[in-house]
Amino acid sequence: MKYLKLRSLAVAARNKRASFSMKSITPHIAVESGFPMAKSIEELQEIAKRIRREIITMIGEAKSGHPGGSLSAVEIVVDLFFNRMRIDPKNPKWPDRDRFILSKGHACPVLYAAMAECGFTPIDQLNTLRKLGSIYQGHPDVRFIPALEASTGSLGEGLSLAIGMGLAARLDKRPFRTYAMFGDGEIQEGQIWEAAMAGAFHKMDNVVAIVDYNGIQLDGFVKDIMDVAPLADKWRAFGWHTIEIDGHSLPAIEQAFNEAEATKGKPTCIVAHTVKGKGVSFMENNPKFHGTAPNADEVKRALQELQ
Amino acid sequence: MPAKTKFEIKLGPATREAFGRALVELGKANPNIVVCDADLSKSTMTTYFEKEFPDRFISCGIAEANMTAIGAGLALAGKIPFVSSFSAFAINKGFEQLRACVAYPKVNLKVVGTHSGISIGEDGPSQMSIEEIGLACNLAGFVVIAPADEVSTKALVHAAAEYVGPVFIRTGRPKCPIIYPEGTKFEIGKSVQLADGNDVTIIANGLLVAQAMLAADTLGDEGISVRVIDLHTAKPIDREAIARAAKETGAIVVAEEHLVDGGLGVRVAQVVAETAPCPMEFVGIQDTYAESGQPEELLDKYGLIARDVVAATRKVLARKR
Repeated sequence: MKYLKLRSLAVAARNKRASFSMKSITPHIAVESGFPMAKSIEELQEIAKRIRREIITMIGEAKSGHPGGSLSAVEIVVDLFFNRMRIDPKNPKWPDRDRFILSKGHACPVLYAAMAECGFTPIDQLNTLRKLGSIYQGHPDVRFIPALEASTGSLGEGLSLAIGMGLAARLDKRPFRTYAMFGDGEIQEGQIWEAAMAGAFHKMDNVVAIVDYNGIQLDGFVKDIMDVAPLADKWRAFGWHTIEIDGHSLPAIEQAFNEAEATKGKPTCIVAHTVKGKGVSFMENNPKFHGTAPNADEVKRALQELQ
Repeated sequence: MPAKTKFEIKLGPATREAFGRALVELGKANPNIVVCDADLSKSTMTTYFEKEFPDRFISCGIAEANMTAIGAGLALAGKIPFVSSFSAFAINKGFEQLRACVAYPKVNLKVVGTHSGISIGEDGPSQMSIEEIGLACNLAGFVVIAPADEVSTKALVHAAAEYVGPVFIRTGRPKCPIIYPEGTKFEIGKSVQLADGNDVTIIANGLLVAQAMLAADTLGDEGISVRVIDLHTAKPIDREAIARAAKETGAIVVAEEHLVDGGLGVRVAQVVAETAPCPMEFVGIQDTYAESGQPEELLDKYGLIARDVVAATRKVLARKR
């Protein structure tokens, strides 16, 4: 019951934003087609499962890529693309659209699958990932997919880009919100903390940072390579409204994004506790699958688990 | 034939000052112009813009990497951002961001480095940028400009704002000699021939343009006919003017306030090699870092004055057959 009430609040919030943008200066609002319909939790779960299968299949076909961090980000990306952001696949450059920047660009399979499922890009080409001439490049590349918000892959840069976009929104009085997701290993980069300072200083309440806190980076466990804990404390100390959630719980994700939207005068950071390789038993919490593709047998086993 | 008028050094405003003034003109004309600065606005002269348009001035603190990527984000959302710092920091501390967030996705960001070269003077090598033309030219798709005086700086800053795509502009700290009359037109990628001649060509940018003019007069007194070209845009380079100079004069000197390695000279030499190979000499900083001192003392000590341009020209003429 409590959850249903939250959902109706969320829908109301989105509708309010939609009506605001219709009154804004942009002449070609495509709210009807672009606004994500509030989906049931079951529908979102079904999409998440389908996206997990697509991630496994495309990385398996590519024979290289990063399954672990793609799988850990699925629920957050699904909620953003199918339940949260005001986006229009038919009009990807709509100026008032919400923006998502996958700063941890190596996890692009999750982004590609979500964008294809939304209709931004061809779904039947997902399995060309990483191949010569494919629009699905090894890391997100706006030259190949103009609907992407930014080319990413060099770690640590996405939050700064998001703040730039948020500043532009403020200057132009546009209602869009910008979401930037990065990895817990990624935040070892100093630029993230330069951006964290800037985000709080400029009171970027239209920017949301999401840390995919799955605890694993290429060389092993984050706590052994360069521990980032206590993570929520760090973001709070930097002046961010900080929410810790289970990053695989769709209701928790929705609630956190609602809370972010209701938070004024400061930016929000969502520290999402996740499981690397989530959904595939032999990939879960296994550093090997940070950057190793599953072989044919592993693809088969993974897909069986994801039925 | 009437005697040629000699070039005289008359100091005008620094190119950074011209940049700061041009930004205000741009800001008045276009509400999409925004400026990001990393705690150097009183030195980079973006402070003029800040005073006129406080809402469009974004203070980024001493964090150039972040500033560069914030600028990229602003550009991706439709703004025309100018990010500015000393060249030494704008390029070096933001280089990776210039590469990944700006150059490769072809983002419409303008980067203006001030206090370039060794003519910054007393602050010494940590603040001196002597490698940024080479670095900026190694950002694929970037336009790279090093103007010589106030008039050309203003015009090229305006041209950069109109051009859609990433641009780096190199400006300097000291007052600099006036080269151009008010109202001279400039085009990105189109060099300016300041003197015609057929024995040798001196190609220069920035502060060295004035020294090239002085050198040409000295050599002219000896009956040597010198062509002088202000090659303000290092990339895209004016191939046509370079090839013509090589063919018609058969000897080229390139003079710049930059390391000879990777600078304008190397880029000119590439075009000469591809079109009309001829002897060349290079005036620049020779594989070293400078030191503290007054700008004039440093330019003298490190071989960046008319005397050095004259010597290089004699050398290249001796090699010319």
